[in-house]
Amino acid sequence: MGLTGLFLVSFLVVHVGINACIFFNDNGETFNAAAHFMATNPIIRIMEIGLFLGLLLHVFQALTLTLENKKARPIAYAIVKGSANSSWYSRSMGILGSLLLLFLVVHLGNFWIGTKMAQFNGTINEHNTFDELREVFSKWYFVIIYLIGVFSLMYHLLHGFQSAFQTLGVNHKKYTPAIKKVGIWFSVIVCLLFAAMPITMFLGIIK
Amino acid sequence: MGGNSEKTINVTLKVWRQRNANEKGKFENYEMKGVSTDMSFLEMFDVLNDRLITEGKDPIAFDHDCREGICGMCSMYINGQPHGPKQGVTTCQLHMRSFSDGDSIIVEPWRSAAFPVIKDLAVNRSAFDRIISAGGFISVNTGNAKDANNILIPKDAADKAFEAAACIGCGACVAACKNGSAMLFVSAKVSQLALLPQGQVEKQDRVLNMVKHMDEEGFGNCTNTGACEAECPKGISLENIARMNREYLGASFTQNK
Repeated sequence: MGLTGLFLVSFLVVHVGINACIFFNDNGETFNAAAHFMATNPIIRIMEIGLFLGLLLHVFQALTLTLENKKARPIAYAIVKGSANSSWYSRSMGILGSLLLLFLVVHLGNFWIGTKMAQFNGTINEHNTFDELREVFSKWYFVIIYLIGVFSLMYHLLHGFQSAFQTLGVNHKKYTPAIKKVGIWFSVIVCLLFAAMPITMFLGIIK
Repeated sequence: MGGNSEKTINVTLKVWRQRNANEKGKFENYEMKGVSTDMSFLEMFDVLNDRLITEGKDPIAFDHDCREGICGMCSMYINGQPHGPKQGVTTCQLHMRSFSDGDSIIVEPWRSAAFPVIKDLAVNRSAFDRIISAGGFISVNTGNAKDANNILIPKDAADKAFEAAACIGCGACVAACKNGSAMLFVSAKVSQLALLPQGQVEKQDRVLNMVKHMDEEGFGNCTNTGACEAECPKGISLENIARMNREYLGASFTQNK
């Protein structure tokens, strides 16, 4: 869980970096150049397969864990005061992850499928991802879906980032406080950057 | 019940009653009038049981032994928390002054597939004993008490080992964990030996065998919520779980078998 999670985190860094190219506000020129590179570079194409395998493994591990954990407590407590000993999002990783997976279906439907079609049809050089962004984020319901996805991601990361290090046995008075701080800042900054795209495009700040 | 304060409260207990492991249980209500706030939670149960016996009813089975907070026998999941609302104490050290007049208190047994209910609030925690038998010991001869002093141990290692050894095996970690995981218990037992030179010889076999046995007993998996650490009456740290994970990863990759 921890290893696959950190692997997926590394992808988020790349994704958010490319998204941020829209803030040049140059009619999507920089963004489209970056998107075109990602869609055509052979190394990135191979890494995309690795990414999907990593995601599948993460989901598979999560399902296995959840099923085993359900079996470990066949009779539920009448009352559980979880707030007394742990954060709500650390106890809700399965729900947050499921929301993320649902969001991913919509998200890939919006952008990934279009790019794939263009790759297969040989029209990738004319493919304008920025135009797709403008279209999707002109609709308020997509903006809401994306914001729900991004906030699920933020809380998923708030627990997941530091939790991954603990799973791998990295816990020490010297550097664990730093890991926890980096985890919080990473989750908040990455997710605010992600959220900024649909918001600014919907409001017409980025054109 | 040698209370010297005059303060008393009335509470309603909602207690899990179950005749044995195979029969289905249910909650029963008991009105407790004039409970001294100096009473421990267990003493209140003694009073209730006296009453039930006088009435010719079946007293409530619950685990207890030293009543000094050091044996790990008492359990009870009180109002959604193992050992009740106070942090760092066992149920025997929980006093009725932690409750208010008119409170309704729900008392359940530890809920875990690996801890089957024996009767009412008493559960069978011998799964912990079997995990210890799988590797929580050292088989090298460490000599007599004076010989132990021949092996010098750094102070911080001794302190950490001692803190891990403070685990009383009560099972509150399993009860608190939403996954019913026993990682805090097992990691404390792995740590207390792995930190000391006498524990080095068998450290790889120990962690592999104990973790394997933990899984076989049907405990859940750790998702690092930290509930176990927060509810542990002895303040066993999550650092121990990380140490066990390190030991386990290392042993998995380097074991010569």
